[in-house]
Amino acid sequence: MRGRRGFAAPIAVAGVLTVLLAGCGGSKSGGSSATPGAFGGKGAFTFATGKDTSGYLPSAVEKWNSSHANEQVRLIELPESADQQRQQMIQNAQTKSDAYTILNVDVVWTAEFAANGWIEQLPADQFPTDKILKGPAATAKYFNKLYAAPYLTDAGLLYYRKDLLDAAGITSAPKTWDDMKTACQKVQAQPGNASLGCYAGQFEKYEGLTCNFSEAIDSAGAQVIDDQGKPVLNTPAAKSGLDFLVDGLKSGLFPKDSITYKEEEGRRAFQDGKLIFHRNWPYVYGKASATDGSSKIAGKFGVAQIPGLSGAGKPTLGGHNLAISKFAKNKGSALEFLKFLTSEAEEKTHLQKTSEAPVWASLYDDPDLIKQFGYLPTLKGSLDGAIGRPAIVKYGDATTAIQEEAYAALTGTKTSDQALKDLQAKLTTIIGK
Amino acid sequence: MTTTTSVEAAATGEKPQPGRPPGRKEGVGRFAVLLLSPSLLVLLLVIGYPIVSALRLSFVKTTDGVNPDTGLVEHTSVFSLDNYTNIFKGETGAAFRNAFWNTTSFTIVTVILETTIGVCMALVMNRAFKGRGLVRASILVPWAIPTAISALLWRWIFSSQGIANDLLGRTVLWSAEGFQSWLSVVIADTWKTAPFIGLLVLAGLQVIPAEVYEAAKMDGSGAWRTFFRITIPLVKPALVVAVLFRMLDVLRMFDLPFVLVGPQKKSTQTLSLLAYNDMTNLHYGPAAAYATILFIYVAVVAYVFVRLLGADIVGRGVAAKGR
Repeated sequence: MRGRRGFAAPIAVAGVLTVLLAGCGGSKSGGSSATPGAFGGKGAFTFATGKDTSGYLPSAVEKWNSSHANEQVRLIELPESADQQRQQMIQNAQTKSDAYTILNVDVVWTAEFAANGWIEQLPADQFPTDKILKGPAATAKYFNKLYAAPYLTDAGLLYYRKDLLDAAGITSAPKTWDDMKTACQKVQAQPGNASLGCYAGQFEKYEGLTCNFSEAIDSAGAQVIDDQGKPVLNTPAAKSGLDFLVDGLKSGLFPKDSITYKEEEGRRAFQDGKLIFHRNWPYVYGKASATDGSSKIAGKFGVAQIPGLSGAGKPTLGGHNLAISKFAKNKGSALEFLKFLTSEAEEKTHLQKTSEAPVWASLYDDPDLIKQFGYLPTLKGSLDGAIGRPAIVKYGDATTAIQEEAYAALTGTKTSDQALKDLQAKLTTIIGK
Repeated sequence: MTTTTSVEAAATGEKPQPGRPPGRKEGVGRFAVLLLSPSLLVLLLVIGYPIVSALRLSFVKTTDGVNPDTGLVEHTSVFSLDNYTNIFKGETGAAFRNAFWNTTSFTIVTVILETTIGVCMALVMNRAFKGRGLVRASILVPWAIPTAISALLWRWIFSSQGIANDLLGRTVLWSAEGFQSWLSVVIADTWKTAPFIGLLVLAGLQVIPAEVYEAAKMDGSGAWRTFFRITIPLVKPALVVAVLFRMLDVLRMFDLPFVLVGPQKKSTQTLSLLAYNDMTNLHYGPAAAYATILFIYVAVVAYVFVRLLGADIVGRGVAAKGR
């Protein structure tokens, strides 16, 4: 069908050129002042969120609706893929549509949405940011102002085969990369273990690679972006971080096919007993513990903080924040709903029903919850050291550049020195613009 | 395509069009325009406007800056040719050349493979034999599956632990950067769309009268000779349209590499993917420029193809006369 349009092209081009040349000129937009918005209106509103795979959200919404007859909230489910969620939210913002009131935004989009003026600045005094874990709380801020309410959090964890480590006489999970390599050699030396892969993360060319890359850089004591917001990848520490990944793949320490792993491929390999160590998100804990036969390693694995160059590593922070669209109506009701959904009681129920990690520090010390979710103390330890992915307004450009250069280094088309040098240059341009 | 057919097609272009009515009465044309105007209006709205709007966008250059005091982004938009000049230089130029090459190589290779296999399929489907209905239905199954779904199926087949590697007896990393990922897209696309060519060619085959074949047999023509001298020329109008549709389709290929290999891979990045990537990163101007270039490329290819082979795309009976 598209082909038929082709025949009209020359005429259309000629026509448009005339229109264009007549209408040449400049226009300027954006740049309003940054002060908290007015949250006046009360009434019905909407909550746009990624596809709710847990099935819990409708009951939370129901809980609110039953006590707020005149301020009903309607759940709008966006696609499961994060890219498509972002796409739809941005389209909504660019047409200044009031279709979405509350936006469930990924932590890394918060800066972009705030800087473009798509979300309202929130009144910081109405949110108990001091009782929230430090890492997630920081992701909700942009230019030191609160633009979103931290909702759920996530950090990379090291899953390890406790049974194999025990059999090889290793009593605790490795703290450093070298410890991990030694542990692998000991385990692989045991009879029947020679074919086991040592470690895998997410090395496919997508957002997961950005997480694993920045995690390796941070865990080596370097930084991708420093406190002044400048890229600082031209350091020996950064090189040793990237080299951990590059050498691991080159030497065969990481399975060869781990370059194609996203979360699920890696999880399956770990669950099938093909990996000794695996870096993944907390959701794997539940899946790998399943006793219905889907996991061959139920009860045989442990979870620890990810290792680093010389001591515990610094995992990348994931998770979601809730923000209020600038173009929506009834922001007053929306603000109240935001407080309800991120309240301590509601987050506790959420955790119990979905095992998604809360942002309230107190919930990590609750003995009942720890009994139910054995990874909570480890996760809290990880979250304390966790570092957000670079908070860059043009995050899309930045993550593309990171994936490009990290993948080139991992596949050996560039040396790690060259990749870091090129990435430094690219990020400087992206941030500088 | 054999040389004889293209010579034939070139010759047809110079003669008057027999499919067109010999003359028109005054006023009939105006009345026809009046009758057509509602649909023309709709076409203008849903096809004309987006094209014009995209073209306008491709000349808009937006510069973003972050206000150091508030942290808010400020946009400045001006009309300029930069979106186009950037396509031909520096890093964006390299990305464009790579995507252009991928788009072209996908088109050439998959269309040749699909045409060959599709014609074979059509010949099989055209034969009268027991279980013909079943064969026809099963050949058409791949075409009936949505591209995104078939891309998912092929992703499992081509995964590192997948059946493709089991059959090959070695671990090929199909979705990693390199020639093999390009090949995986070609295989999956051929699997999916060869039946389309098969279907259209089958329709063409079924209108060839049996007498022609009988006569050929009487004259002692062998199977190959019959195929090249009778089947191919008579099925050509249908075949050319099928090939044209496929070319236009592959030139804008997006979903297969996106799902099967991934959006960021250089080895399988097409022009559509390039435009999409820029759009998701909010660079609407460059994205529109890529889309416009792709649009012109598709238009040129279609035009050249129609002129060279005389595809009877609007049903004027250009290629059908004299037979």
